[in-house]
Amino acid sequence: MLVGRQSWRFDKSPIIISSAAVGGPFEAQSPLAGDFDVFYDDLWIGQDSFEKAEVKLLQYACEKALEKAGLQPEDINFLLSGDLDNQITSSSFAARGLKIPYLGVFGACSTSMEGLAIASKLLDNDGANYVMAATASHNAAAEKQFRYPTEYGAQKPPTAQWTVTGAGAVILGRNGEGPRVVSATIGKVVDMGISDPFNMGAAMAPAAVDTIETHFNEMNLEPDYYDLIATGDLGFTGYAIAQELFAKKGIRLKENIYTDCGIMIYGDNPRVLSGASGCACSAVVTYGHLLKRMRKGELKRILIAATGALLSPMSYQQKETIPCIAHAVSIEYVQ
Amino acid sequence: MHKKKKTSPVQKDYQILAKKKEPKRNVILNVIRAFVFGGFVCFIAQLLQFAFINYFGFEESQAGNPATAILIMLSALLTGLGVYDHIAQWAGAGSAVPIIGFANSLASAAIEHRSEGYVLGVGGNMFKIAGPVIVFGTFSAFIVSIIKLLVQAIGG
Repeated sequence: MLVGRQSWRFDKSPIIISSAAVGGPFEAQSPLAGDFDVFYDDLWIGQDSFEKAEVKLLQYACEKALEKAGLQPEDINFLLSGDLDNQITSSSFAARGLKIPYLGVFGACSTSMEGLAIASKLLDNDGANYVMAATASHNAAAEKQFRYPTEYGAQKPPTAQWTVTGAGAVILGRNGEGPRVVSATIGKVVDMGISDPFNMGAAMAPAAVDTIETHFNEMNLEPDYYDLIATGDLGFTGYAIAQELFAKKGIRLKENIYTDCGIMIYGDNPRVLSGASGCACSAVVTYGHLLKRMRKGELKRILIAATGALLSPMSYQQKETIPCIAHAVSIEYVQ
Repeated sequence: MHKKKKTSPVQKDYQILAKKKEPKRNVILNVIRAFVFGGFVCFIAQLLQFAFINYFGFEESQAGNPATAILIMLSALLTGLGVYDHIAQWAGAGSAVPIIGFANSLASAAIEHRSEGYVLGVGGNMFKIAGPVIVFGTFSAFIVSIIKLLVQAIGG
């Protein structure tokens, strides 16, 4: 049901039957490592290019989710997936292997929640029995496309973020036991005139704040309704800015409630500078870590606002500023 | 050139706020590290040059070339081993300015695009980063030469 202008309440609240998170070698050192399903100790995942490795990551995450749900690819009606590669090839190529009817979605790093929101809407409208939502990113493939060659020696500024190598997938169904997707708020594109691709956190923070504020208003909720609110990949810089923006708007979020997936995944590892980013960032943290905590009963209500920077390598060379977006999805589990 | 887009007051306010929260590069530390590492590279080059003069019988004016060649090879090797980018994160301009930075830009781009084949991948992308340096280097050399010729013709 549409609530307000841009939010959905899912009256049939689709159930997250299973979820999977896979990661690369660097992610294996993550403080959340215990919540991943599989790690690969080689950035190439046995492939001859980083792009192919990303396809494999995505495919493994989807297969793992199927295995955990005890379902076959034929049981899934639709796969919604997206990634950062040009023309979202990683998703399309993974869908080629999985043979599941496929809708490509793109919201840069907000793709995880974009896919989850649309998948939930499909189920809520009786448009499917099972839907899978997935996304992936690969550190070297993203660096190659958006920045410099991986081995190029350019010093990164302290605001730069580290693209997560990994993939996350969820399977949603109508019946069963598990966390439920309750509502979603689709974000507007927000551009505050930041043009530095090494400062994504600052570019994306206003979009996250806008979507979360809209979510509270439209769903008529108080900020303390949720046990945990996580933005997608603002990193340390963007998180600090978002906190300031919330305070300015008079939205009081307690520090132990509001967090950021881009900070959680690598902790304070100095190598990642301002934190993590990439489609897989919010996906692996949510589908691995947070859903696991929900199943344990530690969290009952969470809101994930995945953030995406909608730039292209060409757009910033042409001196365009970075338009950003955030989509928020609320997941509840009352056992 | 396209016209610069106007920044709205809301955007301006935000950018001021964001600037305050952004961690800055530590310029002084960067300068010191660049000096130390850049100096270290020059020291190695000097040792190589001495070695070529004293043990291989090179003239002092010619010993620079083989020394440079060795530095280029070392840089390409460290790039291939995946070490160079970590050195650069520490050393900043100290690893970018000397000849080894140029070698790294070529080697890293060549490695990166190996997956698209030797011709269009390696060949087509090798000069992706170094290309502008060569283009503008050649162009400015041309302009300077013309100025020199003109000055000589006038009788300078």
